Formats: sequence, C-alpha cells, structure tokens
Amino acid sequence: MSTDLLLGLITGILFGFFLQKGRVVRFDKQVGAMLLKDMTIVKFMLSAILVGMVGIQLLTGAEVISLSHKAMNLGGVLVGGALFGCGWAVMGFCPGTSLGALGEGRWHAVFAIAGMVVGAAVYAELYPFFKSTILAFKDFGKVGVAEVLGISPWLIILVFWAGVIRLFVWFERKGL
Amino acid sequence: MKWKTEDGGWSPYLAGALVGALAVVSAYATTQWMGKTNYLGASTTFVRAAGLLERTVVPDRVAANEYFTKEKVRADWQFMLVLGIFFGALIASTTDKSFKLEGVPPTWQKRFGPSIGKRAVGAFLGGVVAMMGARMADGCPSGHGLSGMMQLSISSFVALAMFFGAGVIVARRLYKRRRS
Repeated sequence: MSTDLLLGLITGILFGFFLQKGRVVRFDKQVGAMLLKDMTIVKFMLSAILVGMVGIQLLTGAEVISLSHKAMNLGGVLVGGALFGCGWAVMGFCPGTSLGALGEGRWHAVFAIAGMVVGAAVYAELYPFFKSTILAFKDFGKVGVAEVLGISPWLIILVFWAGVIRLFVWFERKGL
Repeated sequence: MKWKTEDGGWSPYLAGALVGALAVVSAYATTQWMGKTNYLGASTTFVRAAGLLERTVVPDRVAANEYFTKEKVRADWQFMLVLGIFFGALIASTTDKSFKLEGVPPTWQKRFGPSIGKRAVGAFLGGVVAMMGARMADGCPSGHGLSGMMQLSISSFVALAMFFGAGVIVARRLYKRRRS
C-alpha cells in the first residue's frame, strides 16, 4: 500500500473510533439533533471545529499547510445544502457516519450507503444539466470569512469560541 | 461535566475535541507526506465508488463522463479514510460492548413500525437525495461541517446552516407524529 493510502486508512480508523466513542454515528443521535432533543452531534461537531480552527489557523499562519476553501457557489450551496438536509433527515446518517454506523452493527446503514452510491452516479449523469443551471447561478469563488470582512481570522475565532461556549453552557443547563 | 456518558461512551465534547486535533494533525501529515494539504471529507468517495462500480459494467460511459473525469475515479487517500471509519467504529464498539445489530432504529420504529422493508426504502431514497445534494454543495457534514468551518470558509457556514435548517424542518414533519 502506498503512503497516501496507508495514511488515509490510519486517519480514518482514528476518525471512526472517535466518532463511535462520541456516539454520533447512530440514527437516533442524528435525528435527535434534527428534532432538537439531543444535541450530542452538535456538541461533537462544534468541539471539533473549536479545536480544529485554532490548529489550522496556527499552521496556516506559519505557512506549514495551505487552506483549501470550497467555492461559494450560491446555487449549489443553497439548493444542494437543502437537498442534503432533506435526505439526511430520512436517512439518519451522513456520508461519513454511515460507514461508522455499519461498523457498530447498525446494518440498515447498507441501504443508505447503496443509496448514496446510486445518488453519486445519478449526479454524475446529470452534472452537465446542473452545471448549466443551478451551478451557473452565481459563483463567488473560494472565499474565506476573514478575507471578505477584511479582519483578522483570530478575531473571528475569538467571537466563534465565545458564542459556542455560551451555547454549550445553555445546552448543559437545559439538559439537551 | 462528565467525561463518560451513561451508555459508556465518551463525552461528545472530548470525542469532538479529539477529532478536531486529528483534523489538524492530518492536515499537517498529508502536507508533509503527500505534498498537498488534504482535509477530512467523505462524500467525494461515494462518487469514486460509483465510478469504480460502473466501470466494471460500462467502462466507456465512465471514461466519457465529465463529472467522473473531474473527480478522478480511483481509490485514493479519502477513499481509504472512509473505509477506515468503518474499521475504527468496529474496533471501538466491539471493545466497549456497544456493538449492536440493528435493522430498524427506535425513532424510526416509533413512527413507521418494525418493517425492515420500509426502513430500507427510506434509507436508500434518503441516501440518493442526500448524496446529490452533497455533491451539488460540494461537501457533506465532514467536508463542509468540519473541514470548511475550521478554515472559516464562507460556503461552509452557509452549507451547514442549510443542512441543519432543512434537516430540522423535514425531521419535524417526519418523526413528530406518533404512529396511530
């Protein structure tokens, strides 16, 4: 196995291990968050973002790694984001956690995985159509919040941290 | 704040923070060993899996497809990452006895009954729609939700809001009513 593939596998095993330990791969946790009853996956994701954003910013600042923003294609993000949300609510898994759910024995995830592979194939077939319609609507390119606002990314990180910590305190107080 | 949850899992704050640290180490490691910073993601792998499967039946069609050509049909770093998630969850769940065979999850059963057929159709169709959406938005809760947010990408803030917004609306309509 090449270095790339081995590195991917090891990173994935750790990722899957933490996802499962955080109990976020389950249907009931995912749907529980969408029903605003169980905030486990929200706590998990926001904690990952809080730690990750500091590390990524430090390494980017030191020019050790480079950023790779995803394009702000308005039509794609709005329509695609909404479509994803609709399918996610029914499926109860996201692409990454579906494999984790299968790993912890929740075998109905195989139907979700099969559906996602078919969905990817359908998307590939329809891509020329989407490209000339939804994706052609408005593309702002690969932009970050800090560059657009013209302020230091650390200020955004500070504000984000403050907001998320308050949210966590509220979750714990409400027992969510 | 407890570090262990009632079901023997880890606090989502702790497990999440560890994933955040993993994302940073991974960004560094991929830059060092692969020459390019790679961020955690999952949904592109489903495109590659679809292409690899389709190629065994209609190779010409895959070769001629614009989207498959753009995303490159091959087992790469992210492909192995997604496979790794399966093994990681398998190891974690079998070592702490949380591994459980489940065909129909409780929340689903309360609303739609114990039919595995119904659950299979729901999971499959939900999967089709969700993946088309993820490809259109160019990311899923891993690529946008984690990696994009960490990088402060504007598209990821919008995408994550759309994911949750639509998810909340549909989930409410779908699961709130009790089975009559």
